[in-house]
Amino acid sequence: MMRLAKRSFQQRKALTGMLFLTPWVLGFLFFFLVPIIDSIRYSFNDLKASDNGYTLTFEGWSNYRQALYVDANFTRNLTSVVTDMIVNVPLIIIFSLFIAVLLNQKFLGRSLTRAIFFLPVILASGVIASINNAGFMQQILNASMASGDPSGGTVNGFLQSIELKGMLLDIGVTESIVNYLTGAVDRIYEIISQSGVQIIIFLAGLQSISPSLYEASRIEGATGYEAFWKITFPMVSPLILTNLVYSIIDSFLNNKVTQQINSIAFQTLDFGLSSAMAWVYFSLIVVILAISVFLVSRKVFYHD
Amino acid sequence: MANPTDAEAGAGLAGDRTEATSDLYRFKKRVTNLNKWSKLLWSLVRAVLLIGMCFVILYPILLKVSASFKSMEDLTNPAVMWIPEHASWSNYKLAMNVMDYFTAIRNSITLSLVTTVLQTFSCALAGYAFAKLKFKGMNVLFAGVILTILVPPQTILVPSYINFKSFDLFGLFHLIAGHGINLLDTYWPFILPAITGNALKSGLFIYIFRQFFRGISKEIEEAAFVDGAGVFKSFRSIMLPNAIPAMVTVMLFAFVWQWNDSYFSSNFLPSMNTLTTATQALPYKVNVMLNQTASNVDPFYASMLVDTGLLLSIFPLILMYLFVQRYFVESIDRTGLVG
Repeated sequence: MMRLAKRSFQQRKALTGMLFLTPWVLGFLFFFLVPIIDSIRYSFNDLKASDNGYTLTFEGWSNYRQALYVDANFTRNLTSVVTDMIVNVPLIIIFSLFIAVLLNQKFLGRSLTRAIFFLPVILASGVIASINNAGFMQQILNASMASGDPSGGTVNGFLQSIELKGMLLDIGVTESIVNYLTGAVDRIYEIISQSGVQIIIFLAGLQSISPSLYEASRIEGATGYEAFWKITFPMVSPLILTNLVYSIIDSFLNNKVTQQINSIAFQTLDFGLSSAMAWVYFSLIVVILAISVFLVSRKVFYHD
Repeated sequence: MANPTDAEAGAGLAGDRTEATSDLYRFKKRVTNLNKWSKLLWSLVRAVLLIGMCFVILYPILLKVSASFKSMEDLTNPAVMWIPEHASWSNYKLAMNVMDYFTAIRNSITLSLVTTVLQTFSCALAGYAFAKLKFKGMNVLFAGVILTILVPPQTILVPSYINFKSFDLFGLFHLIAGHGINLLDTYWPFILPAITGNALKSGLFIYIFRQFFRGISKEIEEAAFVDGAGVFKSFRSIMLPNAIPAMVTVMLFAFVWQWNDSYFSSNFLPSMNTLTTATQALPYKVNVMLNQTASNVDPFYASMLVDTGLLLSIFPLILMYLFVQRYFVESIDRTGLVG
């Protein structure tokens, strides 16, 4: 009797679950799965728009061949986007973890600082990025005031790292590493504005670490440095994976390749080529994601 | 603080103690002093770092605010760096005119508000089902959610565009009207996916809600069931009120991302004036406008107007953020972003 009641309750739950998911499943079918299958179809066809809809003529792999071998810009854009991603994502993750650790400590004006650091989440977008390109007046002004070199090119041209570079080279660090680091300092605005969401995720993770762990380590005589590497880092390592995936996806959302895909679809009106490019792009993202998740997930520590 | 005083009192009581203990005492005192100094040094370093980076974040915005109030004389005046001598609203007036600001802001607010509310509700529903109402085959569906996060919008944009250009439901409209309906330049291409939880970044929101609802303990829910509440009722009166932190986060993100989205809105709303499309067209329009009155356009003046327009377009967001910010910043630890 008891068992029967329980089972029917479970069944009722499952039924409600299906009911709750019906809208999502319908939307998934109509606004995601159908378009995605259409997109595969277009990529193998030549699409001609006509008065009532469109006509497809099968072309095989020619759109893909066009994208990969004929188009002058596509592969070049792809490689530059991927290199940018490889350069930026590690910086974003290290930076956002560092900032999250800082913002998690107690100090005067903490909520104000947090509010400022989350501001890029609100403002970072394609349009705002174009703000910073459009602020060319200030660049010219900066250049005319002869502060730093005018080819700095960014709004934050005032942040130059010439002294840092000399110092590091004097210490004897390899030049490529120095260039990477100073490049990061020069692009600090770009990196800060891309790491808002990551800071939030890390901060939420840091706040969920139980304080008793730190207390115990302090009693045992661990320094703050040791506590970071032995407690904080392993505890947030699952979130490093999350943030890695998020940063990679985010870096592929709006760039030269997406602009090209878009312009080929809506300016050249070659929908087939555009779909083929989108699919090459998507498969590349999947491969990169799979490799990086595979590499990082082996190092991740799970508490339970 | 307690340790040194205790030790001092002890030392005073004992009078002349052995050399070893007083050495130990002195050593201890030095260590605590050292700790104090290193702590002070660290907070100094931290303050410098944080203030510097806050400055880097705020600098472009402050620059634009200062530029937006400048007049032509201030531009050429080398003494004026930040605070203009002839502050005026004329830049704002011009930029508002060029952007058709009030129509644009009305369109943007309607679009973002409607999709935000619908999306939050539909994603909460789906997230709750994924977290608490298990049934066979659910994992396949959840894999679908992950897929919607992974696939870049460029992949589905073209087919969706064609789909919305002559929209059809099971060939129903074809039967009635003989052709599909053109939904471009209406809000429907945004509302329909939002109702069904498949709009911009919906996969991420479903994921956030799922993680959050998983974190709510079983006991609360079971207590409600024992008291005779159905699944619906427990969702409405137990789960949703508990989910307010997650909802605030999702609503903020949904609103902001819809507001900033230029990709879908420029394609699905080609002739509707939203703030993002107005902002995108701004540099061109400013040039055209200035060309009508003067023979050669002053690039400084043009970029000043563009900056003002950009400020105008992010102003509503900043205003909203000022109100939501406290709630948002304090509540992230309870949003369930972390499983």
